[in-house]
Amino acid sequence: MAKVLMKGNEAFGAAAIKAGCKYFFGYPITPQNEIPEYMSRELPKIGGCFLQAESEIAAINMVYGASGAGVRVMTSSSSPGIALKQEGISYIASCELPCVIINVSRGGPGLGGIQPSQSDYFQNTRGGGNGDYRTPVYAPANLQEVIDMTMDAFDVADQYRIPVIISADGMIGQMMEPIEFKERTGRSLPSKEWAATGTNEEREPNSINSLYIVHEDLEKHNWKLDAKHKLIEENEVQYEMYQMKDAEFVVVAYGTTSRIVKSAIMDMKKEGLNVGLIRPKTLWPYPYKAFDEIPKSTKGILTVEMSTGQMIDDVKIGNNGRFPIHFLGSPGGSVPSPEMIAEKIKNILGGEKK
Amino acid sequence: MADHRFIISGFGGQGVMSMGMILAYAGMLEGKEVTWLPSYGPEMRGGTANCHVIISDKPISSPIVSKATSVVAMNLPSLTKFQDSLEDGGSIFINASLINIKPDRKNIKDYYISANDIAMQLQNSKIANMVMLGAIIKETGVVRIETVEKVLEKMFQGEKAKLIPVNKEALKKGEVLQN
Repeated sequence: MAKVLMKGNEAFGAAAIKAGCKYFFGYPITPQNEIPEYMSRELPKIGGCFLQAESEIAAINMVYGASGAGVRVMTSSSSPGIALKQEGISYIASCELPCVIINVSRGGPGLGGIQPSQSDYFQNTRGGGNGDYRTPVYAPANLQEVIDMTMDAFDVADQYRIPVIISADGMIGQMMEPIEFKERTGRSLPSKEWAATGTNEEREPNSINSLYIVHEDLEKHNWKLDAKHKLIEENEVQYEMYQMKDAEFVVVAYGTTSRIVKSAIMDMKKEGLNVGLIRPKTLWPYPYKAFDEIPKSTKGILTVEMSTGQMIDDVKIGNNGRFPIHFLGSPGGSVPSPEMIAEKIKNILGGEKK
Repeated sequence: MADHRFIISGFGGQGVMSMGMILAYAGMLEGKEVTWLPSYGPEMRGGTANCHVIISDKPISSPIVSKATSVVAMNLPSLTKFQDSLEDGGSIFINASLINIKPDRKNIKDYYISANDIAMQLQNSKIANMVMLGAIIKETGVVRIETVEKVLEKMFQGEKAKLIPVNKEALKKGEVLQN
């Protein structure tokens, strides 16, 4: 299929529909408004339903209901809006319902600003809802990945019966890039026998519930969820290793920031400095094992984030005390430049030589 | 040149976003790597808006243009804001209908196009952007003019198809200007 030029936010919508999502519930917020705009235009054409809810809390609970009925469903928002959805996400996770949640994040805390940010790393990977739950988190760095990861997200959600989050930022949402819908072999997925679709008096009713008042039952439920999380950690980690051979220095970055880092790496290569990149494509499960592949030539690690440092906690776990870790952050809306990154690395290496 | 990096800037409503989008679209049709990144701050109608467009033979890492090969200034605030983002030897395209000063930069190529005046001659004030685009394409050779015409045919369909001839004419006017 020929390539088409699309805005990131539209690409989320197009990929969701391609993946069979016919239901969308949301509430407007910059910088993700083109997603509901796209869905409101396209879903009625295919007999689906777009509904603008009265709030983010209402929207996520509509997702909860639709997912319980066994259909593919999605919501999207941006940082403070995702904060409002946390209660619903926790319930959906407990009930083991599949859905896709897109977070086109902006600066925080509070209302923050509307420029690109990665300060939702904790919110996305650790969750703001209560209880022992996890959500797979995909971090696309370009619009082709927006397409591919969104489609995969629906499969992963269905396979493991779990809410899946896609973590983007304002730049990914607003920019345009050519994309294509590749031929893909979807996963073979179990049928949704658990869905509350009406018994027709032919089977026992299915109930969807997150209340376990008998403590033994709750404990059993949580160990069951835990086993599922461990399976996801084993099978669903995705990451990219870039220019790692003989790297003198390694940068860890994801999403938008990883693109800027690649520019910096190419600039430094021209000056004879070998720098590599570990790019997590899934933020949970995190690619801890990537750190075992760092070459011995490496003198240190730099974590670059559009925050004051959140992913750096996972970098420390993966690194496990092996290399010194440094940090470069830009919280609140400016995207770091390739020059800033190169200068930081040169300063660190210069300092070490003294 | 394997790498074209544009900053295109002007008042909201002057068509700077579409100018960039048409360029990116044409680049894609010619099999090149392209990115288009809009400013999306708290802009308002009449405020200054801009977009960054990269067209390259190689995969593009950062879509942000920090050093432009070309700056397009459709209004005076754009010239003031972005002339320093131009790399040495780069080109600046100035809308002479609205800007009557020269850039205070050395080692750059400056071009003056009376985009609004030419658009008015064509009796369509909205196509100043296409006049400018004609000039940019002629001077940078970033894409072929025929490809841009193809993009226009894809963009303006049905009711809007009647707008194709005047847009093509505007492109041609901009092109001729450079000879």
